[in-house]
Amino acid sequence: MLILSIDTSAIASAALLRTVPASDGVKASAAVVGSFATVDTRSHAEVLVPGIQSLFGDAAVEGPALDAIVVGVGPGPFTGLRSGIAAARMLSFVWNVPLHGVMSLDALAWDVSHNGYRAQDQDQDPTTGPPPPDRNPAGGDFLVATDARRKEVYWARYSQDGTLLAVPHVGPAAELPALPAFGAGAGLYREDLLARGCTVPDAFADAQPTAASLGLSAAVGLVDGGRLLASSPLYLRESDAKVPGPRKRAL
Amino acid sequence: MNRTEPLILGIESSCDETGVGIVRGTQLLVNAVSSSMEEHVRFGGVIPEIASRAHLDAMVPTLRAALKEADVTLADIDAIAVTSGPGLAGALMVGVCAAKALAVATGKPLYAINHLVAHVGAALLDESLGAVSPGDLTAGNDGGLVVGNDGGRPGRFENIGALLVSGGHTEILRVGSIAEDVELLGSTIDDAAGEAFDKVARLLGLNYPGGPAIDALARTGNALAIKFPRGLSVPKYMGTPAEPGPHRYDFSFSGLKTAVARCVERFEAEGQQPPVADIAAGFQEAVLDVITAKAVLACRENGISTLLLGGGVAANSRLRELAQQRTRAAGIRLLVPRLSLCTDNGAMVAALGAQLVMRGVRPSGIAFVPDSSMPVSSISL
Repeated sequence: MLILSIDTSAIASAALLRTVPASDGVKASAAVVGSFATVDTRSHAEVLVPGIQSLFGDAAVEGPALDAIVVGVGPGPFTGLRSGIAAARMLSFVWNVPLHGVMSLDALAWDVSHNGYRAQDQDQDPTTGPPPPDRNPAGGDFLVATDARRKEVYWARYSQDGTLLAVPHVGPAAELPALPAFGAGAGLYREDLLARGCTVPDAFADAQPTAASLGLSAAVGLVDGGRLLASSPLYLRESDAKVPGPRKRAL
Repeated sequence: MNRTEPLILGIESSCDETGVGIVRGTQLLVNAVSSSMEEHVRFGGVIPEIASRAHLDAMVPTLRAALKEADVTLADIDAIAVTSGPGLAGALMVGVCAAKALAVATGKPLYAINHLVAHVGAALLDESLGAVSPGDLTAGNDGGLVVGNDGGRPGRFENIGALLVSGGHTEILRVGSIAEDVELLGSTIDDAAGEAFDKVARLLGLNYPGGPAIDALARTGNALAIKFPRGLSVPKYMGTPAEPGPHRYDFSFSGLKTAVARCVERFEAEGQQPPVADIAAGFQEAVLDVITAKAVLACRENGISTLLLGGGVAANSRLRELAQQRTRAAGIRLLVPRLSLCTDNGAMVAALGAQLVMRGVRPSGIAFVPDSSMPVSSISL
């Protein structure tokens, strides 16, 4: 099946993925066939849709033969996050393609548990060759964190194989459990995390969730007919609005 | 693309209304609006983040409803228009991202439209104002709204004025041509008029939105009982026609709002109940006196013989009354579209989009950046 993946929880990104069903004892898998990603985290409204279009070229007009759209539902800064979900919902409506939500931090967890961390682990002996692809050799649970602004991070805890262990949180980095912490949110608050007893692997210190990894993390579940999330954003914070109190008097 | 009677879908999300409208030339097919106003009531004003969240959830359902009611398919549409500013940045982003995705998914051209100029375009959709369909133009139509000496191209406004008064805007525009020449003559330098109504309503213990509450209460009060200041109306701001002052056509409601607060406090300090009806009437008169006086002044000094009223405050009965009196006295024709076209909506965005298509203006593409302070001189991006 052909999947369009979109994530705007931090950077703006989109990817096209093709899944390969399981056969002869080989597990189902997915491969990225095209992707787009920004570096900055503040240009979603202008660059996201052109980026999506670039994945399809002229085929967009015809309505590509998509089987599913997955969109990162955060947590992430609100305005950027909505950009991706607004676009995904519209594409899903016009093309009449099912839309699924995926928790955005899962994209980073996928990277950690499936390739990036082990391959770039400085302690790894290069003579032993590449690691098994679906294990986090750090062992044990790990954290993924992205920038929540306001001196806080969005974070979640995963088991060694990348399974989400609890709902994501937002809060100061200094309150995270003492575990390896991956992602730009960890890099941003390295000192706080080290003081907590966390480790902050350099290879992931500026890593952001990407649509490509988000799609990979969701693809196998989709092939198996698994249920993903709705496309409702995970804001984790209310709006700052306060119900006004009694007025201040000058007299 | 049909350039004589284009079928245009318009999307609006600049404040708390999610609007999707569809027009064919100057003919209104549907004006679907989903408002998050109820969610803002307890705050006494529009909360941008709450409005933005509501836009995200209302967008596709509103589009779906509009298509159904108009009985058109996306394939039928000639072009898409979306408000790209001015407005609340986060709210604009939702409409813009949705519209860009719609444009890519359908392959239709996209126009990024100025919200304020779209308010002017709304008048083209109200047949009771004498707007004519493009097919009628050859007949002369000297009594119609759509006039032009350039061969009578469809939907052309020629040198009309627009007074836009809402919770987010208080502006006087000169519209030489709706698709090509719009100039800002004056605007508020602090609060919008509707915002002042909301804030004063709260001071007086009235509900949000403040406009209707004050309008109703003011009818039972004496507008002359308490005299409130008229912002930016003294000579040093007004100047003379030959030497206009720095704020000849501008407004300020911040000082007025403070004056109301002090007035209420004085009564309370003396242990008296403030006369809320008289205060409401006096406040309302102060706002609307300045607005209508300056709008008429701007018209007279800029050769404008038709004034269009737009924005949510157009619902105010006293504004309509004063504007009617003063424009009539000055020999200016006043146009007030029906209220559903005065408040924020997608149909007006579509109406302006149609004018741009009819005049061969190039689409905006999908790479534009929404601009929360988009100037009226920028009719489309």
